[in-house]
Amino acid sequence: MRRLTAWMMAAALLAVTSLARADLTIEITKGNDSATPIAVVPFENLTGGSLPQDLARIISDDLARSGQFDPIKRDNLIALPGTTQDVFVNDWKRLGASYLVVGQVKTASNGGYSIQYELMDVLGNKRMLGEVITGSNGELRARGHYMSDEIFEEITGIRGAFSTKIAYITANGVGDNIRFALYVADSDGHNSQEILASDEPIMSPAWSPDGKKLAYVSFEAERPAIYVQELGSGRRAKLTGFRGINGAPAWSPDGRKLAMALSKDGQPEIYVMDIASRQFQRLTNNPAIDTEPDWLPDGSGMVFTSDRAGSPQIYRLDLSGGTERVTYTGNYNSRGRISPDGENLFMINRAGNGYQVAKQDLKSGRVTSLTDTQWDESPSVAPNGTMVIYATQQGTRGVLGQVSADGRAQFSLPSAQGDVREPAWSPFLN
Amino acid sequence: MQFTPYAKGLLVALSLSVMAGCSSSGGAQDGDMDSASSGANTAGMNTGANNNANQMSNATMPDVRTIYFAFNKDTIRPEFESVLMGHAQYLKANTSANVVLEGHADERGTREYNLGLGERRAKSVARFLTVQGVSPSQIEIVSYGEERPAVQGHGESSYAKNRRVVFDY
Repeated sequence: MRRLTAWMMAAALLAVTSLARADLTIEITKGNDSATPIAVVPFENLTGGSLPQDLARIISDDLARSGQFDPIKRDNLIALPGTTQDVFVNDWKRLGASYLVVGQVKTASNGGYSIQYELMDVLGNKRMLGEVITGSNGELRARGHYMSDEIFEEITGIRGAFSTKIAYITANGVGDNIRFALYVADSDGHNSQEILASDEPIMSPAWSPDGKKLAYVSFEAERPAIYVQELGSGRRAKLTGFRGINGAPAWSPDGRKLAMALSKDGQPEIYVMDIASRQFQRLTNNPAIDTEPDWLPDGSGMVFTSDRAGSPQIYRLDLSGGTERVTYTGNYNSRGRISPDGENLFMINRAGNGYQVAKQDLKSGRVTSLTDTQWDESPSVAPNGTMVIYATQQGTRGVLGQVSADGRAQFSLPSAQGDVREPAWSPFLN
Repeated sequence: MQFTPYAKGLLVALSLSVMAGCSSSGGAQDGDMDSASSGANTAGMNTGANNNANQMSNATMPDVRTIYFAFNKDTIRPEFESVLMGHAQYLKANTSANVVLEGHADERGTREYNLGLGERRAKSVARFLTVQGVSPSQIEIVSYGEERPAVQGHGESSYAKNRRVVFDY
């Protein structure tokens, strides 16, 4: 036990001393024709100095990335009002904007920034939202995402997920010389922070429901093991290091249990570990590969991948007993993720043209392919259910992609260097 | 319980005196951190094990240490049986030699499922060896799935080189 503590402290040091960056940029690959036009006017700067962040740009990019809004190009804006009092609504109607966002930035008494922003319904000629918030230099991007969240929710009625984060794995190099790293970044790819680096593979990051910890698989001891790491302190603990596969960690909705795939008793089977007591419960038992569990939102069971019928398909397991096959469209369906409302299953489906992100309506069974890329993996759903982030390939490079849950809008998030893979979208963090 | 494999590795390492640079009080955990940052520790262990084995027997370690598999299959192809026989002979003649069978998959399909596929292939090789009389205690299986491709690139010529089991002594 003493050794474990010393080891965890060493790991903490390792984690906080590495500050490498791997920011991602966002490119629109497929726009949504029916997206709502919105004008986000550059915020009026009353500070007397220059601003370190373009708040209107952050909001505009966030809203575009939701797939539900089509921000009007800045060059086409006909006026630059800082408050709704200065707005001539007919100008914006003529421009075709359904909504308008304006704002002002002042110096706050504590030396930070005071930001006033307002949302206006152009067609209804009505001010919908207005708020004054404050923030320091380093908090401005977060304030931008906060405003995006408020604006998104006011218009759509859906909670915004722009203030969330993504975790992902990068791999640089080839053959025996690959450097693997686990990163956490803002959901728009900015502010990336290295959490762990290794010469051995790192896989399957999974957020705890409170957003404070990540579980992942690391081969750093040349065998796979499941670790849990606190993001704030960098402290971590090894949860499992059994002989064979230790993979696919998935937190229960209450954060007390971790489902996982272990092959210690033969082939990969689904187990649930009670984190406090470290007791294991085996949930599957057959000669097939059973892996990739994901909990149902109410914690009553989970979906998982199994090739017990010959090829990988997704099954639903009820914790009170009973397992049923969920997918029947195509001969390869794997790595299922349930939407936060429990109504849809996102997964990797092999269609005629490779492996794509698909959505299955769990009531009707209807399957819709969401992407037109070829090598998709690892779909992960935003906590508000509106977007899915996944891994795909551009040429032979691994990049992340985002697609709206209805498939209408698609984006790619390439990294400046190396492969990016296995994105995991955080829960709501505020 | 959880540290058993590492404790074992530590014992081997200590007995071969390749732990120079690691404090003895640091224990297995230090060894873990070292291998995480460089992998050099384990490389040392391998070299030591080979020398040790070679001193004990004249049976030579087969040069071919990688065999390949068909798509989504774990069956041993006939052309690789002689390679496996050679490894079986070597392991039987050198009962102190241990091998890690590294199972790999091509990039198609999902990562955790491919860990399972890689493990199946390594197990298929392990079964072949034990049927030939190799002690199961000499064999360990580690699946890397699609995480460590031998070659990059899409297309069957790349995939075929990545669906493999590697003998790591």
